[in-house]
Amino acid sequence: MIGPGFADPVLGAQAAFRALLEATAYPGRVRRIAPQPGWPAALPPAMAALALTLCDQDTPLWQDAGPEVARWLAFHTGAPPARAEEAAFLLCIGAPPPLAALRLGSDEAPQDGATLLLAVASLQEGQGRLTLEGPGIAGAARLEVGGLPPRLLAERAALAPLFPRGLDLVLCAGESIVALPRSIRITEAP
Amino acid sequence: MDAVRPDPARSAAAGGYNFAYLDEATKRMIRRALLKALAIPGHQVPFGAREMPLPYGWGTGGIQVTASVIGPTDVLKVIDQGADDTTNAVSIRRFFARVAGVATTESTRAATIIQTRHRIPETPLSEGQILVFQVPMPEPLFKLEPRVRESTRLHALADYGLMQVKLYEDIVRYGEVATSYNHPVMVAGRYLMSPSPIPAFDNPKLHMNPAILLFGAGREKRIYAVPPYTPVRSLDFEDHPFRPIRAPHACALCGSTESYLDEVIVDDRGGRMHVCSDTDYCRERREGRR
Repeated sequence: MIGPGFADPVLGAQAAFRALLEATAYPGRVRRIAPQPGWPAALPPAMAALALTLCDQDTPLWQDAGPEVARWLAFHTGAPPARAEEAAFLLCIGAPPPLAALRLGSDEAPQDGATLLLAVASLQEGQGRLTLEGPGIAGAARLEVGGLPPRLLAERAALAPLFPRGLDLVLCAGESIVALPRSIRITEAP
Repeated sequence: MDAVRPDPARSAAAGGYNFAYLDEATKRMIRRALLKALAIPGHQVPFGAREMPLPYGWGTGGIQVTASVIGPTDVLKVIDQGADDTTNAVSIRRFFARVAGVATTESTRAATIIQTRHRIPETPLSEGQILVFQVPMPEPLFKLEPRVRESTRLHALADYGLMQVKLYEDIVRYGEVATSYNHPVMVAGRYLMSPSPIPAFDNPKLHMNPAILLFGAGREKRIYAVPPYTPVRSLDFEDHPFRPIRAPHACALCGSTESYLDEVIVDDRGGRMHVCSDTDYCRERREGRR
């Protein structure tokens, strides 16, 4: 039995998209997406909502949350399952694949770079060890992420010289999201 | 002015349309393009623009962006050359009141989404507001390099010498840069971008604006964006710095010497007056609210 998607597919997707649009425009700020009953427990609700909002038959999708989630995603989005290197969207609840191996777009079509939705333990804006700078941030923003995979920031920083090629991260903790588009520089206090 | 609530009996569901007119697959495609556009400030993202119930050149790109962003709690303002009361603005405002059932307003402060043709409001925008530009020609290089493949390549290489040469030739011929509108800008130091045909007077408002700036070109099928707090520099030279141009008059209605002015011919004997292009700003000043 496959669980439900959005109770209201039109307004549910609109609200989730708007949260991600604001999160992407103001990187480092936490936005919330209201969860709905019946979604796969393996995915953070915010990640499930964004998958329903953005994925369809045009977006090759990779995920590591198991066969039940795969069936739910296939039914509600129709997104073709893909290897990590080919995926437009990646839903990652475990250790992420090496970032350099993912789709990064080309200099002429950098928008083809992947979007990696990554589950983390917690998100807190306005304080913490990470300092963010770049478009969307007045000066600098602080962010605390609980449960960030250890290699992730170094791998992400290694892609920075390729800009405008790159990939965009969305961190999902329960109902909360923070977007880290490729244009943002992140420094980590020791 | 307060927001106007539409009659629910005439809303989208009553007319048999999806919320905000577009189908969900189209919205998803446009939403994905918008997110990538924000992630790569100033880069033009191709998208599959749809036929809209109005002709190209009337804001089909802006309407599709607005339709993909708007929600039932939004308050929409639409301006055409700064005015809330011209045909294009009135039509688009009524379109969304009807197909999305959203509240509309003429007040820049009260609006959460402002769709605009060729102006940025005089009233400073604030965080969380979304400004949607209607763009006729998104490619800033098209008069210099008409081949799309070549201009795409120039953007990939960040090779914008052509545009600097064009501005230089303007200075040689006319003594100054001769673009009074659509003056090209560099976004976050990387992409050359058309600000859409806003007057050069409005260019400085793009720089470090707290609002989200989204651009939609329907006929040319491109979406691009300037995130909030992003440096936007109007192209110029050290010895010919960029100058926002404004008619050297005061508004005949509100007396403003700061706002961008329209010149209006008032009779057939050469009589003319200058009035604010931004009708909401002008009315607020006349009503003494600022």
